[in-house]
Amino acid sequence: MKDISEIRTDFPLLQRKVYNKPLIYFDNGATTQKPQCVLDAVRDVYTNYNGNVHRGVHAMSDMTSEAYENAREKVRAFINAGKREEIVFTSGTTGSINCIAFSFGERYIKPGDEIILSHLEHHANIVPWQMMCERKGATLKIIPVNDKGEILFDEYLKLLSPKTRIVAVTQVSNALGTILPVKKIAEAAHAENIPVLVDGAQGIPHGIVDVTSFDCDFYVFSGHKIYGPTGIGVLYGKEKWLSELPPYQGGGDMVDKVTFKKTTYNELPFKFEAGTMNYAGAIGLGRALDYVSDLGREEIATREKMLLDYATGRLSAIKGLRIYGNSPDKISIISFLLKDIHQYDTGMILDKLGIAARTGTHCAQPVMDRFGIEGTVRVSMCFYNTTGEIDALGTGIEKVISMFAK
Amino acid sequence: MTINEVQDSIIEEFSLFDDWMDKYNLLIDMGKSLPVIDLKYKVKDYLIEGCQSKVWLHPGYDGHVIIFTADSDAIITRGIVALLIKVLSGRTPEEIITTELYFIDRIGLRQNLSPTRSNGLLAMVRQMKLYAMAYKAQDTGHRAQGIF
Repeated sequence: MKDISEIRTDFPLLQRKVYNKPLIYFDNGATTQKPQCVLDAVRDVYTNYNGNVHRGVHAMSDMTSEAYENAREKVRAFINAGKREEIVFTSGTTGSINCIAFSFGERYIKPGDEIILSHLEHHANIVPWQMMCERKGATLKIIPVNDKGEILFDEYLKLLSPKTRIVAVTQVSNALGTILPVKKIAEAAHAENIPVLVDGAQGIPHGIVDVTSFDCDFYVFSGHKIYGPTGIGVLYGKEKWLSELPPYQGGGDMVDKVTFKKTTYNELPFKFEAGTMNYAGAIGLGRALDYVSDLGREEIATREKMLLDYATGRLSAIKGLRIYGNSPDKISIISFLLKDIHQYDTGMILDKLGIAARTGTHCAQPVMDRFGIEGTVRVSMCFYNTTGEIDALGTGIEKVISMFAK
Repeated sequence: MTINEVQDSIIEEFSLFDDWMDKYNLLIDMGKSLPVIDLKYKVKDYLIEGCQSKVWLHPGYDGHVIIFTADSDAIITRGIVALLIKVLSGRTPEEIITTELYFIDRIGLRQNLSPTRSNGLLAMVRQMKLYAMAYKAQDTGHRAQGIF
């Protein structure tokens, strides 16, 4: 792997200061910063070959279409999907889940059916299913978690029933960092012929994602959480499902023949790509995936594990600091609270010290309810963070304690 | 003191400190002088939505001025609401509605008190003005009915 100082120079934003202090960016779970090569790739589209995809005979359209389809191939290879037809570009994880919740609901869900989610889900993997349940008269069943923030697998097995139509779980808890055993979850569901959707928003940037090995039926993620642009995301679906599901949105490019009487739909994956897609975003995402692959995904995972261990050690040593989410299977996220100090107060002072952390419920209110808290401070690290930054965080937290200690 | 004199005195008090840490400590101290809301009003009806921390705000109206009491579970937020109360409490609905709150921009905490931060500052000001408008409308109604 490249030297850390070299890696950091790849990211222009990491060079900036905030309040006259070097920016320490620990909110990678919300969004990641972009390497120069991604910024260049997006700029290159608009500067040198911009044309709408799949529509024209002219050279610009052709070049853009080719770059867009290359990006699709990069995504396919990155998650080890079987076919490019199984890769649909969307606006992000939320867009992908809404698409499946809608289309799957329209096609398969009847009153009395059940959908299984875990207690660790982000709102994006709860609300679309809830909306679908309301439309279709189905109900949600929730896999409970233990005090470490791990799902109770035996309880999950008990929830699987002839009424279950789909299981939708996150690969990694965005609030606590817990890694879920998605492969085992899919195995158990498939034994009952139930499909599984995996929310990979937090999983994709950390370590290896292999949808063929997971054997999940759907895998969704956002580009901006893996060093790509915002507004682009991916929906992977096994071909058999995507062929059967009705389209989510109608419009240009997703059609085969249109008459006012009847429209037939385009082949996969275009059936699910209505209207002008965010092709510049997709091309930027393709470049981001190249960047990650070039750094080395195993190397990234190893470095992030080192940062997690270092930060866990440093923060655990602070008196009155409690970490939420203590599974040994965790990505580099530390969610914590300081005794008698509101997360908002902690976050405000850390911000003034140049440290960007997230405070609040992290769009995962059920997780907070499970632990009887109203929020946490979340430090989400990635490979470009350093042990020096973690030391500064430790000192910052000690400063917070000295300011607010009663 | 007029409302603007109070605003000016707050600006002056904060101008004594250059360092943001001292300004925050002052804000924290101001939180301690907050006229604390009666426990019976510390309920959902008086909770202001739109803050990351909880803020309860209660208006007491004697037909002339509104007396605000409040509390928050976060200390910095308690300081912010204490500042607003210092300026707006004990004033007539008309004064509260028409006052331009310029002190926020000028105490040197703008970055943290800006409306785009989820500190609820905007929600607190809006709620105080809404109470003032409601009391003003109520008074106008009473006057129209000849009650006053």
